[in-house]
Amino acid sequence: MSDVSPTGPMLAADGTPLKKKLAQALFLSRVRAFGLVAPLLLFILASFIVPIMTLLWQGVHNNTYEKYMPQSTAVLAEWDAVSAPTEEMYAALVADLVTARETRDIGKVATRVNREKSGTRSLFTSSARSAAKMETPFREALIDKDEDWADIEVWQAMKIASLSLTPAFYAAAVDYTYNADGSFEPAEENRQIYVFLFLKTFAVSLAVTVCCFLLGYPVAYLLSTLPMRTSNLLMILVLLPFWTSLLVRTTAWIAMLQSQGVLNDIFVTIGLTSDDQRFSLIYNMTGTIIAMTHILLPFMILPLYSVMRGISPSYVRAAKSLGATNWTAFWRVYFPATIPGIGAGALLVFILSIGYYITPALVGGQDGQLISNFIADHMQKTLNWSLAAALGGLLLASVLILYWIYDKIVGIDNMKLG
Amino acid sequence: MKLKYILAGAASIAAISSASFAAEKITVVSWGGAYTKSQVEAYHKPYIAKTGNQIVSEDYNGGLAEIKAQVEAGNVTWDLVDVEYSDAVRGCDEGLLEPIDASILPAGADGTPATDDFIEGAITDCAVANIVWSTIFAYDTSKTSGVTGIADFFDLEKFPGKRGLRKNPKANLEMALMGDGVPAAEVYDMLSTDEGVDRAFAKLDSIKDSVVWWEAGAQPPQLLADGEVVMTTAYNGRIFNAAAGEGQPFEVNWDGQILDFDLWVIPKGAPNKETAMDFLVFSTETEQLANQASWIAYGPARKSSGSLVGLYSDGKTEMAQHMPTAADNLGNALVNDFEFWADNQDELNERFAAWLAQ
Repeated sequence: MSDVSPTGPMLAADGTPLKKKLAQALFLSRVRAFGLVAPLLLFILASFIVPIMTLLWQGVHNNTYEKYMPQSTAVLAEWDAVSAPTEEMYAALVADLVTARETRDIGKVATRVNREKSGTRSLFTSSARSAAKMETPFREALIDKDEDWADIEVWQAMKIASLSLTPAFYAAAVDYTYNADGSFEPAEENRQIYVFLFLKTFAVSLAVTVCCFLLGYPVAYLLSTLPMRTSNLLMILVLLPFWTSLLVRTTAWIAMLQSQGVLNDIFVTIGLTSDDQRFSLIYNMTGTIIAMTHILLPFMILPLYSVMRGISPSYVRAAKSLGATNWTAFWRVYFPATIPGIGAGALLVFILSIGYYITPALVGGQDGQLISNFIADHMQKTLNWSLAAALGGLLLASVLILYWIYDKIVGIDNMKLG
Repeated sequence: MKLKYILAGAASIAAISSASFAAEKITVVSWGGAYTKSQVEAYHKPYIAKTGNQIVSEDYNGGLAEIKAQVEAGNVTWDLVDVEYSDAVRGCDEGLLEPIDASILPAGADGTPATDDFIEGAITDCAVANIVWSTIFAYDTSKTSGVTGIADFFDLEKFPGKRGLRKNPKANLEMALMGDGVPAAEVYDMLSTDEGVDRAFAKLDSIKDSVVWWEAGAQPPQLLADGEVVMTTAYNGRIFNAAAGEGQPFEVNWDGQILDFDLWVIPKGAPNKETAMDFLVFSTETEQLANQASWIAYGPARKSSGSLVGLYSDGKTEMAQHMPTAADNLGNALVNDFEFWADNQDELNERFAAWLAQ
């Protein structure tokens, strides 16, 4: 150290400035640390972030029409959606129909337009079959083939479909229709369903969370106050269903709750109800809430238990020795200390139930279906992936908003998961 | 040194075995349960015995979603899939299926060319039908008697109790109209109008509170057996198997039945397309189709198979009268109009879902 001049920089043994040397060493360790995290980061990116983003993108972007009907898309973009379609538009349409028929893509186009206006699918596929033989004037040729081509609504539906970047699916996901002139209006009353379903999903999730809390709190309290040996034994009873397949537990509830099931048989035997008036406990909302509460209960008990274990019994004793009644000691001293556990449990249960799918599908019957069942339906049956993406996007957004509200009210730092 | 020899040995064994067992393995996907069993007995086993090829049988629950996912990801693992008519047409339109050249199908056993031998509509651009099935309604004879026709299904006063219906507008809307007295021939014309759809929903609405909804084909016989429902719609083969195979006292009422095809399709880019095509041709020959009817009560898609349909696998039940296509059963029958459903299913699905949730 003595050979360093007071004005010059501190040097390492090899003569480089110490500051630079330190930076090098730190950089290396940072690279090494990043190298260790990189596989996980890549994995999450590739298997989680990218697919979610791709799917969300589908909710606002569907280029089926633009891709397979390029000429028609170009002329539709110029059209004001009010005046009668011109011969030029009919000509472009016929040209596209011919190519789309040859490349076997006409079905994709027809399905896309059919989503905007029912009944147009066969209009497209059948006209495409004879499009190659059509001659000018194309307007007459098409209308001669099917008079629906004169219907301006068909053209408006095509204009909506031709916009690749479109709010139409998000509008549909909140029961609105997007019009060709860019305006929105509420969907027909007998087709409005999604807003109601979102509200119902939130209501069911809230009910399940409350039920889980009411049932789980005493159990967690009992587990945390018993001696370790007994509580470990009882803990297995909580964990055993947790480790059992979801499907098995759901079907077990069907056997329990159906009208010829175990529970109803008992009710009849003890005379609570008569044989021909058995309770409807399943294939409705009741069944969904019972089964979901049971399945999600461990997610409430475990965080509560871990928080309660950490609360020293001397707090309550101190409160009592200062003159508090049992209730006051519980409500003013013990309960506030368990709030981080309640928060964590409630948030877990609530978020899990918002996206719950298998249990409502199996035991929900006609009115126990939740929004996730409809998302699955659009993915698997109607193949309307864009609408599924829009519904999923809204669900994701509502979870994030809830998380944000939770952070504002309770504070995410206060959450204790175990 | 030693290791090298072992490796060389292993490689040569592998080479020999792959040469001597050039047999292919195809993945055939169908609906599971009694239906897949009938196909295994009538198609798979004879085919394996004849060619030495292997067949892996997988189950699925219908719909195009999995085929679409496989084709779009470029990772097709299924070679042959048993689909419903509307999916066969839609999948073909959307380019998800391989086109099938109908000229490779052999003539019927009686010499009729294939295109005439198959029932009209059974061969499409991308699919070949194997069976005709039907949505019917059935009841438990030990608990219900005196059922005359489809109108009774919607009559809660005459036959009180729960009804089982498939949770899907398809078939329900048609049956509702027929139950309301509309003749089969006019059903789709009426459903094409708003008043017709309103009328169908109004009829369904009249029994809505008493409906138990089912989704999988195996559920309706179970619902009947458990006494959960008094009557239920079902696929006729499932009810037949429960009755003839398990001795349940179930009876099918053929009034207002809705006929439909099941068809073989090959997903675009199937790994063993050639073998799959070969199996498709083999399984839709007259004899195989007739044999399948010994295992399940679905009608063969070839006319020439009809006369060969024999006894059920229990060796005593005559199958002919249990076929949806038997003359006695066709009195008031409707053929499913896939074109109508392909056009209107988005709108009707939404309306049905909204109606259910009310």
